[in-house]
Amino acid sequence: MDLAYLWFFIVGFFFIGYFVLDGFDFGVGMSLPFLGRDNTDRRQLINTIGPVWDLNETWLIVAGAAMFAAFPEWYATLFSGFYLPLLLILIALILRGVSFEYRHQGRSPEWAAAFDRMIVIGSAVPAFLWGVAFANIIQGTPIDADFEFTGTLLTLLNPYGILGGLTTLLLFFTHGVQFVALKTDGELRERARALAVRSGLVTIAVAASFLVWTVLQHLDIAHLPVLLAAAGGAAAALIGSWLANRAGRDGWAFGLTALTTALAVVAILAALFPNVMPSTTDPAFSLTIENASSSDYTLQVMSWVALVMVPLVLLYQGWTYWVFRKRVTRQTIELAEAVH
Amino acid sequence: MLDWLDPLALARWQFGLTTLYHFLFVPLTIGMAFLVAILQTAWVRTGKIKYLHLTRLFGRIFLINFAMGVVTGIVQEFQFGMNWSDYSRFVGDVFGAPLAMEGLLAFFLEATFIGLWIFGWDKLPQKLHLASIWMLSISTAMSAYFILAANAFMQNPVGFRINEELGRAELTDIGAVLTNPVVLAAFPHTILASIMFAAVVVVAVAAWHLRRGQYDETMRTALRFGLVVNLVAFAGVALSGDQLSLVMVDTQPMKMAAAEALYTTSAPASFSIFSWGTPDGSSEIFSIRVPYLLSLLSTHTLTGEVEGINDLQAQYAAEFGPGDYTPIIWVTYWAFRWMIGLGSLAALVSVAGLWLTRGGRTPKDWAWRVAIWSAPLPLVASLVGWIFTEMGRQPWLVFGLMKTEDGVSPGVTGLEVAISLIAFTVVYGALAVVEFRLIRKAAIEGPREWEAHDDPDEVDVQKLATVY
Ligand code: HDD
Ligand code: HEM
Ligand code: HEM
Repeated sequence: MDLAYLWFFIVGFFFIGYFVLDGFDFGVGMSLPFLGRDNTDRRQLINTIGPVWDLNETWLIVAGAAMFAAFPEWYATLFSGFYLPLLLILIALILRGVSFEYRHQGRSPEWAAAFDRMIVIGSAVPAFLWGVAFANIIQGTPIDADFEFTGTLLTLLNPYGILGGLTTLLLFFTHGVQFVALKTDGELRERARALAVRSGLVTIAVAASFLVWTVLQHLDIAHLPVLLAAAGGAAAALIGSWLANRAGRDGWAFGLTALTTALAVVAILAALFPNVMPSTTDPAFSLTIENASSSDYTLQVMSWVALVMVPLVLLYQGWTYWVFRKRVTRQTIELAEAVH
Repeated sequence: MLDWLDPLALARWQFGLTTLYHFLFVPLTIGMAFLVAILQTAWVRTGKIKYLHLTRLFGRIFLINFAMGVVTGIVQEFQFGMNWSDYSRFVGDVFGAPLAMEGLLAFFLEATFIGLWIFGWDKLPQKLHLASIWMLSISTAMSAYFILAANAFMQNPVGFRINEELGRAELTDIGAVLTNPVVLAAFPHTILASIMFAAVVVVAVAAWHLRRGQYDETMRTALRFGLVVNLVAFAGVALSGDQLSLVMVDTQPMKMAAAEALYTTSAPASFSIFSWGTPDGSSEIFSIRVPYLLSLLSTHTLTGEVEGINDLQAQYAAEFGPGDYTPIIWVTYWAFRWMIGLGSLAALVSVAGLWLTRGGRTPKDWAWRVAIWSAPLPLVASLVGWIFTEMGRQPWLVFGLMKTEDGVSPGVTGLEVAISLIAFTVVYGALAVVEFRLIRKAAIEGPREWEAHDDPDEVDVQKLATVY
């Protein structure tokens, strides 16, 4: 049974990876209407994440599959319960994914504009809904004795859920804009930095209220200090990022929004522990690490796979980021436009 | 509740449609990654510019298709939880493991190396760039292996025990799950069928240009390459298909009986080419048969006994309680024939093609048209092959353990499923049109002007650089 606790953290780790990485993809996607003045700008923006967005999105698939393997009950309750929001997320991810590849296959400006819109929507919708989903998970949802979710879509759209959604939306937006500042040059970079200053302030305000509300809801948990440390750390990192951006330190600013995202997920995990999906119908119906997990043998097998694969994965993914470490300049795009 | 809002029926339609749709793209991804890897290797080895042009052209087609494979795959991953939550609770302990391995071992690799390959032309040394397309090809095959192993568990559950207390299947032997006889046969069968499809796409594109007298040398190479690969792959498909039949008779005799519309147990059994049964499906009115062939296929002997539908039905009813254990006979019967028929037709076209273009000959116009129009054959064969496999398993979801009707999500309403079914149908329908047009456009454009060089030594990697 102890391995189940380990897997709670491994699944959490995959979600941290997903939100930190695909989070800035969402932000870059959402920034198109704000930063992309002309087609070259927009191509420059999209190319900052061109080689890596698919890789980043795959963290979601792995997180989902790890949840399926280690906590089948959690996987089943969560995805059948949050059916319609998940449907919207999937449709959004479909539209976003094809747009990156198809946008540049046509010649007309209308063609590109249509796919740009799909990228914006396909980035904003998941950025918001993931926050709604996770806020509802930690707040608790109506779950019956068979572990079935008994609420509706409206159950999920409560004030706390919506605040959670706004928090992730803004956080990913700022995270993505910082990424643009880090990965582009010239005028676009300056505009990104200016935008991050403004969006950073709103993000700090909204994220702080979400974190405070979360802590207030969980004052009775035994490991409150962990939650406090994570939430406090997230807040500090977000403020640090804003300061670093003002000081012109792109790398620090981006690294700190990444840290904010990671610590926010840690805070969520801390608020959950040892539940995975608390029930508001009756605490006895809550899904916990123990009652939602797979058998010991399955967890052993999966632990071996994770032990070998995770370091390898981190290694070659890190290498990919290193290969594509150069800034995407306006000149690169103009050159490509001239040749093709 | 209204009848058409039956959550079970809608969930089945949705799963069938979205999965078939995913598999519209998967074969080209698996097959083309492999063929492009070969073409790029040929370029790196020989330095001949025609191989570079082919790599770039088919690489472009591959990428347009790949995007669709990825986005439709994500839907697949979550649909088990969304629509089949009771199924997920029941088998998750066993079934989740291969899926998680697929993610950790295959999808991560695939998603990393696709980026390196697309954007690495000017950033990686030539050999490393070549290695990335090979990694891509290997990872697509690996992902197919794990997903087929998961599916094989549903066809032939192995390596588990039933935990009565928790009411679920639990993994006891991961090795047995990963070496299920069904996956051992289904893996080569599926991969080679995918390679067949990619090969005929290469042939069709080449035929299109040759018919117009364009890029003659390059396209003739592509044509012969595609034809040969298609034939070799077909031989492998037939061999592994034969193996798959043997395993199927062993593990799901009802499926073979249904595939043959064989109502009474027979020894020797004949293979029916055409058959017509009574509307209630309980017996046969008319058929054309080849003596001994079915015995040969199912048991590898001329006179081996093949069990019939009626006997199996009685046997299952005795074992699992009253109920209908027969899949829809006309679907399995015709799906099996169309799979073999269409795939064989593609192979025949390839034989004809090799003959007509032997020694540098140029065939008549109609032959080019046939080559172009026969491109979809192996894809349709693969799709109906899956319809056969999955619908032939009905009424079981996990053979012998769980029926399809017991796997559906109890909490998801018919209305919700109807909404998602409509949403997927609309989005998928629109994207299919876009993707088909883009591939057609890329194919017709052929090797790009600005990539054309006469002197291979002058290939300028800067010009090969890709930007979105
Ligand atoms: C180009 C495509 C193609 C072609 C030419 C064939 N098949 Fe096939 N077949 C498939 C594509 C396919 C497939 C779509 O890939 C399936 C679905 C499930 C699977 O594993 O492979 C399949 C399934 C499948 C099954 C079902 C396995 C099961 O339900 O457990 C059997 C028995 C065969 N095939 C046998 C054959 C034989 C004897 C063939 C003779 C040439 C043949 N197939 C040609
Ligand atoms: C990509 C190739 C596949 C195709 C085209 C395909 C097609 C289908 C179809 C048509 C059905 C509906 C059968 C019916 O309801 O009568 C079905 C059912 C199902 N398949 Fe597959 N399948 C494929 C692969 C898989 C794999 C790899 C898995 C599991 C890993 C899987 C899991 C299921 C499940 C859970 C159902 C139950 C839903 C149902 O019976 O409708 N399928 N599939
Ligand atoms: C119904 C079960 C299935 C599930 C849950 C599933 C899941 C997925 C997922 C999540 C992806 C996206 C991966 C990425 O982001 O890179 C994907 C793509 C892929 N799938 Fe499936 N899949 C199913 C059926 C199949 C079958 C039957 C095959 C092959 C035999 C297959 C082969 C592939 C391949 C090769 C890719 C990668 C290439 C591409 O994206 O087109 N899948 N699948």
